[in-house]
Amino acid sequence: MNSILSIALPKGRLGECAYKIFEDAGYSCPEILSDTRKLVFEDSGHRVRYFLVKPSDVAIYTERGVADIGVVGRDILLEYSPDVYELLDLGIGKCRMAAAAKRDFEEDGTRTLRVATKFPNIAKNYYLSQGRDIDIIKLNGSIELAPLLGLADVIVDIVETGTTLRENDLEVRSVIANISAMLIANKASYRFKNPQINEIVRRISACREDKND
Amino acid sequence: MQETVRYFSNSERVSAVCREIYSGYGYKQYKMSRFEEYDLYAANRDFLIDENIITFTGSDGKLMALKPDVTLSIVKNAAATGREQEKVFYLENVYRKPKNTSDFKEIMQLGLECIGDIGLYQMGEVISLAAQSLSVIDKDYILDISHMGFISALADLAGISGGARDELIRFISGRNAAGVRAVCSGCGTPAALAEGLVELTGVYGSYESAMPQLRAFSANGATEAALDEIAGIYEILEVMGCARHINLDFSHTGDMNYYNGVTFCGYIKGIPFAVLSGGRYDKLLRMFGKPGGAVGFAIYLDQLDSLSQPRREYDVDVLLVCGERDGVSVARAVQKLRLKGRSVLAVSRLPENGTSWREAVNIEDIISEDKTN
Repeated sequence: MNSILSIALPKGRLGECAYKIFEDAGYSCPEILSDTRKLVFEDSGHRVRYFLVKPSDVAIYTERGVADIGVVGRDILLEYSPDVYELLDLGIGKCRMAAAAKRDFEEDGTRTLRVATKFPNIAKNYYLSQGRDIDIIKLNGSIELAPLLGLADVIVDIVETGTTLRENDLEVRSVIANISAMLIANKASYRFKNPQINEIVRRISACREDKND
Repeated sequence: MQETVRYFSNSERVSAVCREIYSGYGYKQYKMSRFEEYDLYAANRDFLIDENIITFTGSDGKLMALKPDVTLSIVKNAAATGREQEKVFYLENVYRKPKNTSDFKEIMQLGLECIGDIGLYQMGEVISLAAQSLSVIDKDYILDISHMGFISALADLAGISGGARDELIRFISGRNAAGVRAVCSGCGTPAALAEGLVELTGVYGSYESAMPQLRAFSANGATEAALDEIAGIYEILEVMGCARHINLDFSHTGDMNYYNGVTFCGYIKGIPFAVLSGGRYDKLLRMFGKPGGAVGFAIYLDQLDSLSQPRREYDVDVLLVCGERDGVSVARAVQKLRLKGRSVLAVSRLPENGTSWREAVNIEDIISEDKTN
């Protein structure tokens, strides 16, 4: 008999969308939808165990093999470069990683650019590729505030609809990467549970193709 | 040996048994100093896994480094005439700062190198020794084989070079089909070739199942030669009895700067990371101006600690409580128990430090037993 496959999902809206994809592919575990504080859900019939963790931790759980597979935004993969397989783009949680600044901000190439972000590695790599000298200010939330209060010149952050930016008089100056959720796999699990993981990838791909038709 | 092995940790047992195996194939142990001149690493940065090195000033003012790598030292010192082989193995500590960790770690590494005139047999022998080493760790292991020549030749044909090539390798090693497709379209790769590279990300499995898929992507003499080499090695592995555990996997790209031919990596069920990696690294020899080729592997023994091992029920078989008895009487009693094959801890009173024992024996009982006999 197949051993149980552990799947790490991000808590919150993205996790719910991701679970729906697994459910459509035939790996349901209805308990997960109930109003509970539980974080681990097992469906022995489908041989799967889901657990809900902080979105940025999905990659860590998967890289370290506690989860065999997981669903994580490409922003997290770009920021932390975990050593995992990126098997499938799930096409959900679509947004952009962008550099934004106040509408009236004029870039001055003679000064070090102050960049506020939750994603220091992405920001560093992007500006390194532009050959721009920057000072990274790592923040943990409300990044939009930084240019308004003069803490930073630009921000590097996730932009979905752009409403928050507009409301704060900010605008996108450049798109660094398109983001969506990826199905990732631990490299050892991919080998030892290869038939099970391939089957999940095959079924999810088939469901997505049906929807696109 | 069995009695001793019982108390070994996983890594100690593996290193002891593996060294025995390597010697059985004519490999000699290579012992080296804990440090090297820093210049060796500075000049060969491309060949190091990570660039963080612990340095200090030697007594003559030269900048020295704690070894981050063993292979460089072996190749530097190899006689390597190119006509015969130098076969060595080592068990050494290296000092590295693993990715996503905040500080340096001392890592015990067991490795093997074959340097000189490398033919099919030598490659097969080294890979079979890699497989045998894995089987010492656990019978449930997988050894994946890849070939850098195959991937390079496909990338050349696809017209992908420079930064785009690094991207391509990164996506292939992440099995990211969408990423590979994006790089190919960015470089204007012909559709058929691009599709081959995309499908390469999905190839994984036994030799019998994966080889025909790879032959289908094969596009020219160079890719054919790479696959023929794998086929030749596989035949040798069959003879050596380890073919059953071999899979073909081209996501294991290794480091393009380091490896040039066949590469391989080993996994053990229950350990989330690769525990063994190796391959053909002729380029490093050329850096030192030496003829011939080289193939080898390393096992990261620190990874084995995460593997469960049977815990001993007790620290000792017998806790010998000796009170104020004289040394000679204690020695006699300890020796008597040891000759019966039992482990003994001689104490003056019952310890309160968490030590556990199967049986507590008062020394007076042993002494009176001796007297009656």
